[in-house]
Amino acid sequence: MTFDLILLQAFTGVALGTIFVLVALGLSLIFGLLTIVNFAHSQFFMLGAYVGVVVLAVTGSFWAALVLVPLVVGALGMVCERVLIRPLYGRGIDYPLLLTFGLGLIILELVRIFAGTEGIPFNTPEALTGAVDLGVFFFPKYRLFLIGVTAAILVALWFFLEKTPYGLIIRAGARDPEIVQVLGVDVSRVWLIVFGIGTGLAALAGVLAAPIRGVFPEMGVPVLVEAFVVTVVGGMGSLLGAVIAGLAVGITVSMTSLFYPEMTTLSMFLLMAVVLVFRPRGLFGRAGVLD
Amino acid sequence: MSMLEVINLNAWYGRSHILQGVGFEVGQGEAVCLIGRNGAGKTTTLRSIMGLVGKRTGSVMFKGQEIISSPTHKRLGMGLAYVPEDRRIVRGLTVLENLRLGLVASPNRSREAEIVDRIAETFPRLRERLHQQGDTLSGGEQQMLAIARALAADPQLIMLDEPSEGIMPVLVDEMFELFARLKAQGLTILIVEQNVERALALADRAYIVDQGEIVHSGISGELLANPEIQEKYCAI
Repeated sequence: MTFDLILLQAFTGVALGTIFVLVALGLSLIFGLLTIVNFAHSQFFMLGAYVGVVVLAVTGSFWAALVLVPLVVGALGMVCERVLIRPLYGRGIDYPLLLTFGLGLIILELVRIFAGTEGIPFNTPEALTGAVDLGVFFFPKYRLFLIGVTAAILVALWFFLEKTPYGLIIRAGARDPEIVQVLGVDVSRVWLIVFGIGTGLAALAGVLAAPIRGVFPEMGVPVLVEAFVVTVVGGMGSLLGAVIAGLAVGITVSMTSLFYPEMTTLSMFLLMAVVLVFRPRGLFGRAGVLD
Repeated sequence: MSMLEVINLNAWYGRSHILQGVGFEVGQGEAVCLIGRNGAGKTTTLRSIMGLVGKRTGSVMFKGQEIISSPTHKRLGMGLAYVPEDRRIVRGLTVLENLRLGLVASPNRSREAEIVDRIAETFPRLRERLHQQGDTLSGGEQQMLAIARALAADPQLIMLDEPSEGIMPVLVDEMFELFARLKAQGLTILIVEQNVERALALADRAYIVDQGEIVHSGISGELLANPEIQEKYCAI
């Protein structure tokens, strides 16, 4: 086993981790602000892939799909928040949890009914097929692209949250929604937007994952588990935690598949167990959330 | 015309009926103080006016408009600001970001630089600490920040809940001097305060709250001179 191979596998883990990061970011953003554990999150991920298939069929452009999918699914997420979830605010964490669980089942069945239970092929866009020579090894272009897109989204999200008035409101709203209202902000609109951003991110992850994972109705099922592992490892509601834990889980899974393939699926749970032993709130979790 | 008129205000926390028909008014340019023991209902009165108490009935007229059932966030734009008891400096935000938070939804949002300059002039202690985390400030400085944040939107009426609580005496002096200046500039003030002497020195009139009701009202001088009332309702 050479150093090159280990490095390659680590890189693969980072690329794999980008999907985890995007899904967990949305989950964490929604939890941090709305204190809602969104069990339908992975179905918005799946929906993203299917909307991607439709956009691709209509426009023929993967790039159009990348832009339109988060907008369309994010808008759908906003409708769900306003119509279904909003009446449950202030009723404790379990009501929205049950509701989103049911919503996820409904989305899954609707997709099965209208798009069929068979998988749909989703080709890697032509410009991104093949591999690039990184000097040490050849790396698939599409995976490199995943890392680039995710990095760009992280920078954009950071800028939005840290440098714009909307971001200021979102950060303050996560800590103290009451004072934000006293200062004249309609917090329910903030929640709506955040739910839209969160589901939009999940959908974007779905369309990005489509060329690797394939498109089928159940594609979201493992994602929900992965996203929860990432969120728990990173700390509920922590965005930095979601990023670091997402990459850590990606690298762990990828490395385990190299050294001990039988343990691949289990490895992320072991990582979670180890982290929880030392940091019960996750790497960046803060006190008070869910205590 | 009075700026704020509260009529038969009732409020509940869960099943407990906290406010039982509170009524008072605050005229334009006036400073009015609510006095009473801990648990008398002073804070609940302010929170009900802000729409922060879940179940509330009665009438709250602000500048002639009924606001009892309007959502909390509508009030700042109408000119009603509130500095809550525990200051509520948002953790994870710098002093400057906390100030900006007072501007984001106000008509002053396009004049941020000017307003921040003005605040820095009024509160020199904050000027040196603009880029410090808000929750690393001392209690007094946090109170100043909370007041500055509420003033950023140029309200017409400011409601202050226990501004002197847990603050060094020298800062309390500074703060009440500021309130007097603001009053002189025409700001209407409704203040809840344990520090009765100071509050009455600032206020034109006061209402005494006990067990969720207004039990007495008068001009400040009268109440200051009445030891019986002070002993009965203001002992801590």
